Parts: sequence; C-alpha cells; structure tokens
Amino acid sequence: MYKVIEARLFQGYHTGRFPAVAPKLPDHFQGWPRLKAGSCPQDCRACVDICPAKAVSVSADGPQIDCGRCLFCAKCATVCPRQAIEFSQEYRLGTFAREELIAKPGEDSWTPPTTGNAQCRDFCGQSLKIRQVSAGGCAACELDFNVLNTLAWDMGRFGIKVVASPRHADCILVTGPVTRNMHLALQKTYNAMARPCWVIACGACAISGGVFTDSPEAHGGMENIFKPDLYIPGCPPHPTTILEALLRLMGRC
Amino acid sequence: MTMNTSFLSLPNGAAAPIADLPVLPFEEFRTQLIHAVGKDGLRVSSFFAIPALDRPGDFELIAVLADDNAHLLRLAASRIANSYPALSADCPAFHWFEREITENTGLVCENHPWPKPIRFIRPKSGANEVLPGVTDYLQIEDEAAHEVAVGPVHAGVIEPGHFRFQCLGEEVIFLEISLGYQHRGIEKMLVGGPDVRSAHFMECVAGDSSIASAWCYSRLLAALSPTYQASPAAELWRGIALEFERSANHTGDLGALAGDVAFLPTQSYCGRLRGEYLNMTAALCGNRFGRGYVLPGGLRYLADSKKIAELQSWRKRTYAEVRNALDLFFNTPSVLDRFEATGVLTPADAAAVGIVGIAGRASGLNNDIRVSHPYGPYADRPLPVCVEGSGDALARAKVRSRELDASNQWLDEALAAADALSADEQMSALSSQHAPAESLAPSMIAVSLQETWRGELCHVALTDSHGRFRHYKIVDPSFHNWYGLALALRGEQISHFPICNKSFNLSYCGHDL
Repeated sequence: MYKVIEARLFQGYHTGRFPAVAPKLPDHFQGWPRLKAGSCPQDCRACVDICPAKAVSVSADGPQIDCGRCLFCAKCATVCPRQAIEFSQEYRLGTFAREELIAKPGEDSWTPPTTGNAQCRDFCGQSLKIRQVSAGGCAACELDFNVLNTLAWDMGRFGIKVVASPRHADCILVTGPVTRNMHLALQKTYNAMARPCWVIACGACAISGGVFTDSPEAHGGMENIFKPDLYIPGCPPHPTTILEALLRLMGRC
Repeated sequence: MTMNTSFLSLPNGAAAPIADLPVLPFEEFRTQLIHAVGKDGLRVSSFFAIPALDRPGDFELIAVLADDNAHLLRLAASRIANSYPALSADCPAFHWFEREITENTGLVCENHPWPKPIRFIRPKSGANEVLPGVTDYLQIEDEAAHEVAVGPVHAGVIEPGHFRFQCLGEEVIFLEISLGYQHRGIEKMLVGGPDVRSAHFMECVAGDSSIASAWCYSRLLAALSPTYQASPAAELWRGIALEFERSANHTGDLGALAGDVAFLPTQSYCGRLRGEYLNMTAALCGNRFGRGYVLPGGLRYLADSKKIAELQSWRKRTYAEVRNALDLFFNTPSVLDRFEATGVLTPADAAAVGIVGIAGRASGLNNDIRVSHPYGPYADRPLPVCVEGSGDALARAKVRSRELDASNQWLDEALAAADALSADEQMSALSSQHAPAESLAPSMIAVSLQETWRGELCHVALTDSHGRFRHYKIVDPSFHNWYGLALALRGEQISHFPICNKSFNLSYCGHDL
C-alpha cells in the first residue's frame, strides 16, 4: 500500500486541461487544409494523381479537398507546383453535415460548425453513452478514441462514457470502411439501440471508405449504410479532434 | 546438403529472378518442407498458391521458410492442379496456411485435418453465400457441456471477431476462433501496383504496427528497384520509430493487463504513458501512429539536434515513469497470482504450430527477426532476445517488460548516433518518393521480414514481366498466433479469457487483411 501511494506521488497529475486550454499539437500536424484560389497550370493534375483516397479535385478556382476522404498525408501539398495547398494546425475538424467537409479554394479561415443536432444536445448535453463498433477499422481510430478513457483525457468528466450494450447507448460510433463481413453485425447493433439515437462516423474510412474507397470487400463507409449525425475526419483523427467534436455534438463547446 | 539444392536461399530484404526458384516435383516438395520444418526447426514464414501463368487451372505453391540459425530464408515451389495431399496432416505449422490456400484458390488440400475458411471471403455473386462466423463449430454433445458464443461485436472498444467456447462448468474444453469480419481485400488491391495507394494500405494492415508495416514494404521495394534504396541514416530513424511503436504498444498492453485484474494504478499510469510514446512518434511526423513517416526510399521528415535532444529527455522521463508503474505491477503478489500459470502455451505446442514474437518468446522460442534476420540498424546494434520459458500470461507480460528495457537502451544509443550524423548523412535520409515513380525489376520474387511489436511480419511479392506486382502476400504475426491463443485456453477457466486474450493482444485486421 505504501508503494502504491509512493508511486502515485511520483507519477503526478497529468489530465489535460482541454477544452479550457488548447492542446499542444506536433509540428508536422496536418489539420484543415487552406487552398489558394487561382487557376492552376493547364492540365496540371499533380495533386489529384497523388491522392491515395480520391479526395482532391481541381476546378477553375483551384484545388478542392474533400476532408471526408482525406487521409491528411499532405502529399498533394508537397507536389503542387503552385503551392496552392497548405495544411493548417486547425484540429477542430468535426462537422454535422457531409457537405461541410469540403474545403474550397479561397476560404481563408474555417470555423467549425456549431449548429448540430438540437435533439441530441437536449437529450445528451450532460451525458453521452457511446457504443463503438469497428467495421473494418485498422485499430488506429479505435485506439485513439479509446485513449480518451485514459487519465490523460478522462472524457468521463464530460459525462461521455463507453458502454458495452447497444441498449444502453445514445450513440453508435463507427470506425472502418464497413466491410461486407461486418455489415450485418453493424446493422444488428444499430437496430438494438433505443430511439432516439445518433450516429457518429469516425475517421476517413467510416465517412467515405478512405483508402479503401475502391475495395470490393467494403461498402465505402457509412454514406451507403445510415446517415451519420457527426463526421470526424482524419486517418486516424487526433484524440483532441474526436473529443472536441463530441463536445460540440453535446453543445458543450 | 539437400537444403542447398532444393531451396533458393535469400537474406532478409532481397530478391531473385522467379526463374531461379526451384520448382520441385510435388512429392519431393512436400517431403522437403515437412522435414525442414518438423526436423530441422525451420519456420513457415509464408506459404501460398498463385495461378500459373502458362496454364489456366494450374497453380504454383510457394513456400518461404525462415532458417534462423543460418540467418537466411529458404524458398521453394511446386506445380499442382485441383488438389494435393495436405502438409498439415503431417506438420501442424501449415494448418492455417492451407486453410487460407483453399479459401483463396479453391484448391483442395486432401486429408486436411480441419478444412474451413479463415476469413469467409464472399463469392462475388451467385449461390452458396458465405456468412462470416456461420460454420460447423466443434461442439461437445453432452448434457453437462455448454457453449458460450462471444462477438463479433465485443464489450469494449476493440475490433470484431467471434469466439466459441465449449465448456464444462467454468472449464474451457475447447475454444474456436472465427475471424474474417475485418477483411478489406488488401492483397488483391495491391496487385498491379505499386501505385499511390500501396504505402497507405500497408499502414492500415494493422494500424498499431504502421511503422513496421511501412518499413517492411519499403525494404521489399528496395530489393526490387535501386530507386527505393534507403540510406543508413534513414534506416536508423526507421528503427527509432519502430522502437517507439514497440514501446507504446508494450506499455499499453501491460496497462491493459493490469486493468483486466483490476489493478488500477498500473492501468492508469500505463494508459497515459503509452500516449507519451505515441506523441514522440508524432513529434517526428505529426501522426501518433507514424503514418506517412516511412516512405519508400527514406523518410518524410528530418529531425534536427534540438528535436533529438527533446526526444532524448522525453524518452528518459517516460521510461522512468513506465518502470515505476511496472515495478508496482511485478511486485504485487495478488497481481502475479492472477497471471502465473494462467493461459499456458507449452513450448512444444508453440513450436509445433509456429508461434512468433512475444508469445513465442514467452513459450521459450528464441526467435526475434531483429536478431535472427537482422536488418538496417539492428545489424550494427544488436538487441538481446528476451526469452521466458513458462508460456503463461505472466511470461508474456515479462517479455514485454524486458523488451521495454531493451528498447529503451537501444533508443538511447540510436538517438545519440542519429545526433552524431553529419548534415549530409541526415539529408540522405529524406525521400522524394511520394508516389511510385517507376516500375520494379520484372519477373522477380522478393521477401522482406520485420519484427513488429507482436512478432514476425513477412511480405513476399512477385512481379510480372512489366515490373508490376503480380502477387503480394502478407503474413501478419497475428496470422501465426491466433491459433496459439485457442490452445492456451484449453483447460483454462473461461473467466480467464480476457487475461489470456490481452496477453496475446493479436490483431484482427492484420489477420483478415
């Protein structure tokens, strides 16, 4: 017992102060893209060709990125001869509508949407119970969601809790491109939830299929299954990105 | 002597013309393989079938055996059609591979002791729809026996898989593990590559092993094209990233093991400390899992002296805290009592079914690719192989703990070496290969092995006449080890399943691909 107390003193206090204090992100963190408007050199498709997830397209105004597909690898930024693509340190990436995930050229700043699902806010503002289902996820999204349970994040202090039974859940948080072999189990889990319930697509795979967009063994994410109420982009999203999006869904920040 | 004539020998991370691969008559092939694995102690790193190019309906069976003592890989092939007498019938190490072969190709492995699908890959259309987990399970027909079915959706935040226990009271007589829910078709999508997606697929094979997987792929490409040769400086940094990855996962696993026996101090501390190692990886490349750090040909980013100094002190501080949390764990009798003699996988069983990595070393197998088939920075800076003998959950915990010590020591020296690199050497680590620029050497076979934090990862690629991937075979460590978990549960209390499962901590998607 003495050793346990001694260790407790040695280990110190490490729970982050988010959302009161903004997180310290790594230097090379790739957040919401900033795209310079202006016409690209004729026939230049360097950014489109290098994208592993078909997230980039080029219009008359310049490049456009679908953050629901984007892996945030930033290879497009590296190859662009016009240096029209830049990834910012903006980690607040969650949105409530699929179309809000499109980054367009010329948008200098991006403010994350605050008008989410009012019913969810009313029901779950103080307590959000989540059933997580991995449907072909590679474990990265799962791990960086699960890490919110550790004392570094302690999402329990916001009333967010992971539950085992779908019957106890307000939300289903899906990761992975929804493989053919997980489709039925995902559907059954969703059907077992009490209503009303809300759907969260976490990670590029769950939103659009991500790098598995073309896989014949997957459904290309949740888009073709049931409509999410919250989209959290990234491959995987940073834990802060996930937590911030959940808090916004609850109307808490 | 037969070894030299019947097999093509390659070091780790090398390629040879497919024409040099000996194609043996099947009987000889079968005898040689069973002898090499059963008698000479070689291990099956990969075993698969691909359609023959010259005759539709024919297949080539290709075996890649690891000869740990000689530090070489031994390759052989044989030509077959329709069916062949299963090797599994005489050598259990081929069991899972032959189930995979039948599922992927339709070839019948005659007298296979347990011919069932391992991934439930669905036919594109038509009759005989396969449903994952719907199969004839081994069952006990007795009034006193009962069956427990768990999954695919589990209680916690974890990937899906189905577990079917046959029990007499608390005692598990038999556990059958049925996977495939995570199948994304990665190997099929790699054919025709490399393309812009290939490196990203690798990082998603098992997301907690992104560095190991991307490195394994990069070394395989380097064997097939000089464009992808990485400098020693790049290889050193890849090693540093891999040891961060190993430290993160080992720390996380030990914390989770503590959680499974409700020992909250170690669980809480390790849960946070795992994140420190992930954040060190993120300091290198922006991503906590190291996504995009290892590129074919080198690295995406460099680290300057300031960053190296920061990483050194960060690592030292974190390790001291990890050690403190683990000492608490290993010195608490009530904790040890739960792990000791729990989920024993005997050395004989582990060797027979070909267990790799942490689980293998915990069961006395002296097998670590960083030492037996050294590559990159591990050739100059060897690490100790951490072997325990008792094969129980405690041994698997101890192996992790000792490897954390070893990795920490290695990182100390490797980071110092990285700091001592000249500016030119540092620059040589940078890769410009964001996209696959050119074709690879045509009609070659290449093999690359890595010691991921779980164990041996094996990539084998065959290129076609245009230098594109004709076939890409990935054998994740979990592919070898899931069966080991099933064996460890025999005779165990069902309430010990979480401890046993976590002590192996295998990947579902790495197995399902």
